[in-house]
Amino acid sequence: MSDGVLEDLMRGSLDHCVKCTICETQCPVSNVTPLFLGPKYTGPQAERYRVAGEPSVDSSVDYCSGCGICSLACPQGVKIAEINAQARDKLKRQKGIPLRDRIITRPTWLGRAGTPVAPIANLTLSSRPLRLLAEKTLGVHRDAAVPKFAGRRFSKWAKDHPSPPTGRKILYFHGCGTEYYEPWEGQKVMQILEHNGFEVIVPKQDCCGLPLQSSGLFDDARKVVLRRGREFAPYLRDDPNLLVVGNATSCTLMLKREGREILTLEDDPDLKLLSERTYDICELLLELHDRGELKTDFQPVNERVAYHAPCQQQGHYIGKPALDLLALIPGLEVDEMNARCCGIAGTYGLKAEKYDIAMAVGADLFGQVRASGATEVACDSETCRWQITHGTGLGSVHPIDYLHRAYRL
Amino acid sequence: MRGELHYDVVVIGAGTAGLTAGARLAEGGARVCVVAKGVGSTHLAPGTIDVLGYAPGRVSSPAAAIEELAAARPDHPYALLGVDTVTEAVRWFASTVESGPLPGYRYIGETEKNLLLPTAVGALRPSALVPETMAAGDMAGGNGGSVCIVGTRSLRDFHGALCATNLTRAGVEARAVDIEIEVTRADENALGLARRFDDPAWRAAFAARLALKLGADQRVGLPAMLGARDPHGAWSDLEQRLGRPVFEIPTLPPSVPGMRVFETLRTALRRAGGRLIIGAEVVDVERDGARIRSVATTAAGHEASYSAPWFVLAAGSFSSGAIALDSRWETHDQVLGLPLRGAPATGEPRFVGDYLAEQPMARVGVAVGADLRADGAENVLVVGAALPGAVSWREMSGEGIALASGSRAAQHVLAQAGASAGAAA
Repeated sequence: MSDGVLEDLMRGSLDHCVKCTICETQCPVSNVTPLFLGPKYTGPQAERYRVAGEPSVDSSVDYCSGCGICSLACPQGVKIAEINAQARDKLKRQKGIPLRDRIITRPTWLGRAGTPVAPIANLTLSSRPLRLLAEKTLGVHRDAAVPKFAGRRFSKWAKDHPSPPTGRKILYFHGCGTEYYEPWEGQKVMQILEHNGFEVIVPKQDCCGLPLQSSGLFDDARKVVLRRGREFAPYLRDDPNLLVVGNATSCTLMLKREGREILTLEDDPDLKLLSERTYDICELLLELHDRGELKTDFQPVNERVAYHAPCQQQGHYIGKPALDLLALIPGLEVDEMNARCCGIAGTYGLKAEKYDIAMAVGADLFGQVRASGATEVACDSETCRWQITHGTGLGSVHPIDYLHRAYRL
Repeated sequence: MRGELHYDVVVIGAGTAGLTAGARLAEGGARVCVVAKGVGSTHLAPGTIDVLGYAPGRVSSPAAAIEELAAARPDHPYALLGVDTVTEAVRWFASTVESGPLPGYRYIGETEKNLLLPTAVGALRPSALVPETMAAGDMAGGNGGSVCIVGTRSLRDFHGALCATNLTRAGVEARAVDIEIEVTRADENALGLARRFDDPAWRAAFAARLALKLGADQRVGLPAMLGARDPHGAWSDLEQRLGRPVFEIPTLPPSVPGMRVFETLRTALRRAGGRLIIGAEVVDVERDGARIRSVATTAAGHEASYSAPWFVLAAGSFSSGAIALDSRWETHDQVLGLPLRGAPATGEPRFVGDYLAEQPMARVGVAVGADLRADGAENVLVVGAALPGAVSWREMSGEGIALASGSRAAQHVLAQAGASAGAAA
């Protein structure tokens, strides 16, 4: 399918909109601020007025956080979020892209710069005067949750700790969060997979391109995600049974779908292969369990945890496999949160003009977490975890953290 | 190794029928997965449980009228379900609301007697079981007292004066007042206003302003916006502060009381351990002779596959797109490709000129036997609007059929599973 055809199909889906307003009931952003007119108005309705070569009709689309819940909820199959992402790209081309968006959307640059000087970088990021300066000059909100550099890279650890060969190979896409900020999550993923008989291979890799895409830097995002296709495709071609697994749920969604659909790269054969073979870690483990192949030697974990499924995890359209996995752990009490979004949406909540919106979006979740009496939060996306910790003061981990504890690895 | 997940039952559709079937199956111990293309019809419906309102004259006792309808129309879903199933299902729903996620919230009514509630345009609409927040609007007895309808310019498509004028025509003593609600967006909807009513301080201030506009009015009707998370709290607080009965009137979508139904049923499903997957449109079906073996649904990157010994088809009808009429005048089940029943025969009129009259095409549904099993697949049970023979929007029978058929399907599967477990033992 050529790029133009896919774009036409997505745009054409607006004719299926029956104006039922279900998307409006779900949108986390338009429910807290009038700055975003809402998925229905900005999406299928405004799209009819977006004419090639003419200015975009509605600048409020920049306030869409790109969470994708509107497309998930639409009972008529309208690609609302995709239409809005395209419109945001066009708007950015017209209005220009702020320097901030060129910086914070490149976790690789930040990670490589910050890792060797982690103590200083972390001190800088927690310094009030410097954060004020960053807000004034760059537009990164002074209070926004930014992660701490771990000071070591996951890929370095992985190189030093190769999986014992078992013949049952799997490729691991760890993403930038694991690489620069939470390398221990990657170690746990590897140990869980190895415990279940996998030989984990960590190919050379880099950012998936999602931050660039969500800020409307489509051309740059395309280059980045296509490179991931080039890196992984040779492995996948050699072995038709080989899968890719990732713990960063928004990155795996980018590899699975957003790169191809939103960035209109449907034609790229490498990306297609990567897209079809990529699994979210909980999706993979649940499938193994369903087949009786997941080890269930879980020891009790006597804790109470609040689970929040990130919007991007919901975007996989596979339900909430983490809940089914957590239910296997004896002693663990799990409270499923029933709020839509934590607010951060990747880099949305870092932006000075959007921070307050992000916190207002998250307020419902933060309140539910506090009311649950849980001592910790489980959530599949790292940026969401940082935001939830920022909003609740509670620690937050990937759901596989509990599997790791229960396995006593 | 791209695999699939196995369940005891896969339910397709997350409207009232699908969620009821899913919740009751899960409560009965089955491993259930509900898959749906999107959020279902609950968010668009008024949140009342309409069992039978017109047959074709206005019905005062749905239970009695169901028996007559079943005798007169053996093709109607109620003829298959029977009044006892309907009554039991409606009671289950009422008790599910009471133990549900909305503290204190409950439903009023029974299948023996319809209430008569005002609509947003001031017509009177029969319904069997209604949220407590609407019950004081009942005009069936004719002696509920004078009514003050409260409108606000901030909510489009609800005009207090229109509602009150038409109620007056219907013989109800009614008047309207308008109240300002400060909003930050031009297109505020009932949900946005309902969130304000969840806040005790905000609604106290609102009640104080409204009280100044009330006179000897014996009842107060407002658009259905009294709380998204805490409707019982908001409604009872308002009643107390205004010192008289208060009732909600369903609005145009989004419907806040409808969303409460969704939350109630979703919670029942989840609490019983059932899975719910939204965004999962069935795009492929694998058959095994007379049975459906598995369905494939849309998912990111690759399709997801779900197999089960039983499937419940609860995907709706024309309005959800589950049944389609093509340009050759042929009707199709878009979900599982099963044979349909109820389409007008060749040469018969398919539609009539009066839009609101009974349209012959409206009775189309997936062909089933007496036990709701699809003619085209022996392990598929059909529930809700997908069933043939009803014109639920005219009959005002949608929720009754959804609850009763969802319950019956669950019962059928659980009985079969029990029987096979017994045989295995």
